[in-house]
Amino acid sequence: MRLAFRIALRFLTSSKGQTALIAVGIAVGISVQIFIGSLIEGLQISLLDATIGSASHITVNPSEKNTPIDDSGDIETWLSTNYSEITAISPTLSKGAFLKIDDVTEQIVFRGFDPEKANTIYKFDEAMIEGSFNLTGNEVVVGKDLALENDLKIGDDYDIITPEGSVSTVRIVGYFDLKVAAINKSWMIGTIDEARTIFGYEDHQITALEMQIETPFDADLLSEIMISDSVRNDIGFDNWKAQNEQLLSGLNGQSTSSLMIQVFVVISVVLGIASVLAITVLQKSRQLGILKAMGINDRTSSLVFLFQGFILGILGGILGIIFGLGLLLSFSKFALNADGTPVVPIFINYSFIGLSGLIAVTASTLASIIPALKSKKLSPIEVIKNG
Amino acid sequence: MDNVIKLSNVNKIYGTTIKTQVLFDVDLAVQQGSFNGIIGASGSGKSTLLNIVGTLDKPTSGEVFIGGQRTDQMNKNELARLRNETIGFIFQFHYLLPEFTAFENVLMPYYIKNKKIDRKLEARAHELMDLVGLSKVKNNLAGNMSGGQQQRTAIARSLINNPKIILADEPTGNLDSETTEIIYELLRDINKDFGTTFVVITHDRRIAEKTDRIIEIKDGKIYTDFARF
Repeated sequence: MRLAFRIALRFLTSSKGQTALIAVGIAVGISVQIFIGSLIEGLQISLLDATIGSASHITVNPSEKNTPIDDSGDIETWLSTNYSEITAISPTLSKGAFLKIDDVTEQIVFRGFDPEKANTIYKFDEAMIEGSFNLTGNEVVVGKDLALENDLKIGDDYDIITPEGSVSTVRIVGYFDLKVAAINKSWMIGTIDEARTIFGYEDHQITALEMQIETPFDADLLSEIMISDSVRNDIGFDNWKAQNEQLLSGLNGQSTSSLMIQVFVVISVVLGIASVLAITVLQKSRQLGILKAMGINDRTSSLVFLFQGFILGILGGILGIIFGLGLLLSFSKFALNADGTPVVPIFINYSFIGLSGLIAVTASTLASIIPALKSKKLSPIEVIKNG
Repeated sequence: MDNVIKLSNVNKIYGTTIKTQVLFDVDLAVQQGSFNGIIGASGSGKSTLLNIVGTLDKPTSGEVFIGGQRTDQMNKNELARLRNETIGFIFQFHYLLPEFTAFENVLMPYYIKNKKIDRKLEARAHELMDLVGLSKVKNNLAGNMSGGQQQRTAIARSLINNPKIILADEPTGNLDSETTEIIYELLRDINKDFGTTFVVITHDRRIAEKTDRIIEIKDGKIYTDFARF
């Protein structure tokens, strides 16, 4: 083993130019693989974050539409004690209503939240563009488009009319921008207590319970478990995946094509190394013949080439990781949006990069199997006879 | 004295469709510690004979014994071990590993034995290199040495594992006559000092005459066999 390694190392160091060329060849392949993989992953993460980062992953809804969920506190306690996967849980009372502005009325969605709990899902405090999200009493915040289109002023009082016809007064204390036009145009957010007052709900009643979980991609599985665990039949569980099938199939398609590109890059790297190493067997056949005449066994002479592949893989892997990170860094520095943020936020996944390094080593070791077998077959007499 | 090499009824045929017989029923016994010369015209089969003795080639039929062990039925790994431990080779074209230094080339058969190099062995390698007069170029890469230096390195290499037998195929074939003389003196000294058996192919009758026994090969057969001890 040691001898084979020594010989392999010496063969590689004695033709430095060739070794560098092969290592760079592997490195370019691996860096492309790292670059594409990280780019697509970054793209998916940012897309996913934009879609569900500030949304409910699993929502508890009443089984019958437009009825309240009773004893909401019990459900919340049951969920948060039994499912450690839940990272945020927020009860809400949301209903359509009309906002009276002078002589006209604007249709709105009034969303009553516990501000602190809702903040963990929607990050309202980050979304505020004016005013603050510390809501008390009849204070509300509205989407920026709703405010702009209707000229709503901070500090002013407005009337809300429920579909049932009751009227309540709220005071606007801020505008938010959740980057979704439909929300910015229609949402008015107040405390859940205020919502109960406006819509005539009792203290234990809500319209939905929204949750975020650790791994959003498990939302469908977890909601299935919750359905089978639940003893109440007046509630149902919805998950984001069921509601975003198109997005999911898009993400899947992207993952598959990214994987395909990576696989083909790796295959071309393997073929490249295999053919170069096959040529080095020819180059070194004289040396192998001499070694065999001196009594090196077939196993060791094969190992020489496996080690060459292994060493080249390590060299190429390290170089490839450096090149790949360099590519990612320059991409995130030079490919920018108008506002200076990167076009695609780069996500560096260390285990993915580690895996790429491992692929480089495995692929080039595998690629050296054919040359190793060739070396095994080589007979010393051929070299001795042919000079 | 014991026969360290013994061939009986050895035939060698090359080719499958067009068969060319190179050796015909060769019987040969070589005594331990003797210095033997093989002469013959090119194409007479002397190199084939040497390669069969060195287990680099297999006879088509017949039996080959090296140090009492039958070799024509051994597998590749057994043969490799036998070559490594029992036989030292000196070829006409030196056949050093150009990627390694002269010193490393000398130690190579020992590395192959799968043993660690200790001080004693390093001292032995230095001694052998002094013996062949290469003390000054030990750390030169094999590719950067003159023909004579390379050949002397090959001689030192053939001795490192204390082999019973050294097989040399025209070891001075491409060296000038002065160097040739020095190399032969060296081989004879080794033969005397270590009791190593030598089988040397040469085309130079003057050299052959300095050996203990001259075996002449002609058309694949032993034509004359003349010993003087």
